[in-house]
Amino acid sequence: MALNIPGTGLAKGLAVTLRTMTRKSVTAQYPEVQPVLPPRSRGVIALLEENCTVCMLCARECPDWCIYIDSHKETLPAADPNARARTRNVLDRFAIDFSLCMYCGICIEVCPFDALFWSPEFEYAETDILDLTHERERLREWMWTVPAPPALDPAAEEPKEIATARKAAEKLAAAAAQEGEDA
Amino acid sequence: MNLIDTLLRCVATLVVFLVLPLVIGQTEHKVMAHMQGRLGPMYAGGFHGWAQLVADGVKFAQKEDVVPAGADRRVFQLAPAVSLLPYLLVLLAIPIGPDGFVGQAIDAGIFFVLAVMGIGVLGSLMAGWASANKFSLLGGLRTAAQLMSYELPMLLAAASVAMAAGTVALPGIVDAFHWWWIPWQAIGAFVFFTAGLAELQRPPFDMPVADSEIIFGAYTEYTGLRFALFLLSEYAGIVVVAGLTTVLFLGGWHGPFEDSLGWLWTLLKTFALAFVVIWLRVTYPRLREDQLMRFAWTVLIPLALVQLALTGIVKVAIS
Repeated sequence: MALNIPGTGLAKGLAVTLRTMTRKSVTAQYPEVQPVLPPRSRGVIALLEENCTVCMLCARECPDWCIYIDSHKETLPAADPNARARTRNVLDRFAIDFSLCMYCGICIEVCPFDALFWSPEFEYAETDILDLTHERERLREWMWTVPAPPALDPAAEEPKEIATARKAAEKLAAAAAQEGEDA
Repeated sequence: MNLIDTLLRCVATLVVFLVLPLVIGQTEHKVMAHMQGRLGPMYAGGFHGWAQLVADGVKFAQKEDVVPAGADRRVFQLAPAVSLLPYLLVLLAIPIGPDGFVGQAIDAGIFFVLAVMGIGVLGSLMAGWASANKFSLLGGLRTAAQLMSYELPMLLAAASVAMAAGTVALPGIVDAFHWWWIPWQAIGAFVFFTAGLAELQRPPFDMPVADSEIIFGAYTEYTGLRFALFLLSEYAGIVVVAGLTTVLFLGGWHGPFEDSLGWLWTLLKTFALAFVVIWLRVTYPRLREDQLMRFAWTVLIPLALVQLALTGIVKVAIS
């Protein structure tokens, strides 16, 4: 049985506070020092306008309907006399109302053309709630704050697009070698 | 010449009285913060918030001086001064260094110091009574009860030192000090320091101002500068209690190079004790009122009596 000396508890208490004093304090000095955010932080949704085809999937999947998209169709003249004229969608407006957005990320998941991304940027508070609806110019600017995708695991399978491209290149090379042999 | 000398001593004491409590207050801000894993004030003054208490003072000065309608006006307004001034008078009698490095050497030093320090508590009692507020009154009465219980062990512990030194003059006590007094008077030092803490109503003995149950005790109704004076008197009290413990039990200016650096030793020891005061505040929770009283009557007073007996026996044995 341990010897019960009166005052050991009190001394332990003093030791705890003294030890805490010698350690680095945990206070984050936020405005002076930016916080270190984990990768894939959900700060704001950025839009890579060039990839958007106005398929409207994001706007339709959004649970609280906070994405506004306006577009029109443009007719491209036919490239050669035998072809017909093509139409394509042109984006007029893409806005996200961040006062409604609940940061679920479904729009980003659902986008088939990689036009929406998570950015860790979080300093976009406004004094008026109406100002939280951000138009495509602002959403495009946030693209610059999107971090590069995390690297693949060392043992991971090769990404599909790279695998396809590599196979195509190998086939071409093989064909060229065959031709050289034949000639 | 004599007039100038007196004036100079008074001004020096006043400056010490105004500066040291602020230094200790700032130390408390920072030490407490770091003991709790925080940083404390960081903005005021630019460098690690060194001017926080100056900013606080400016804020207090700007506030309205409110006297409650039902309050006893004169007593209410007088109370902060009664609470603060005794510490200034005590500081005058605490020797800093050898050869008359003291505001005013008083032959009956210990008597003077302990008697005047008791008056400070009267300020809280006045404030509690005059505020016409039941929380204030409760706080004031608890203050009075605490003073009653803790003054006795404090006096007994001080008496033990006076007995050992054979004098009640504070410079005389420090002159008579030898290093082996520290183990000899250790119990007395503990009793004196603890009772001093209780008299200042510092945590863990802050039942009279227990903010979670009686708001802020006797100071509940105070605002602005008068409230600031009460706070200042608490920190001045820390200076005085730490200084007295240094002088009585830790040998004041004794240390290496005491002829030239004696004052520095006194200040260093005082600051070390002030740090302990802060440390205790951060570490321990508040004692309940009955625990507070029981601690004084069943622990401190018997210990003080034991110390007194020990001092007497050793004193007779070595003479």
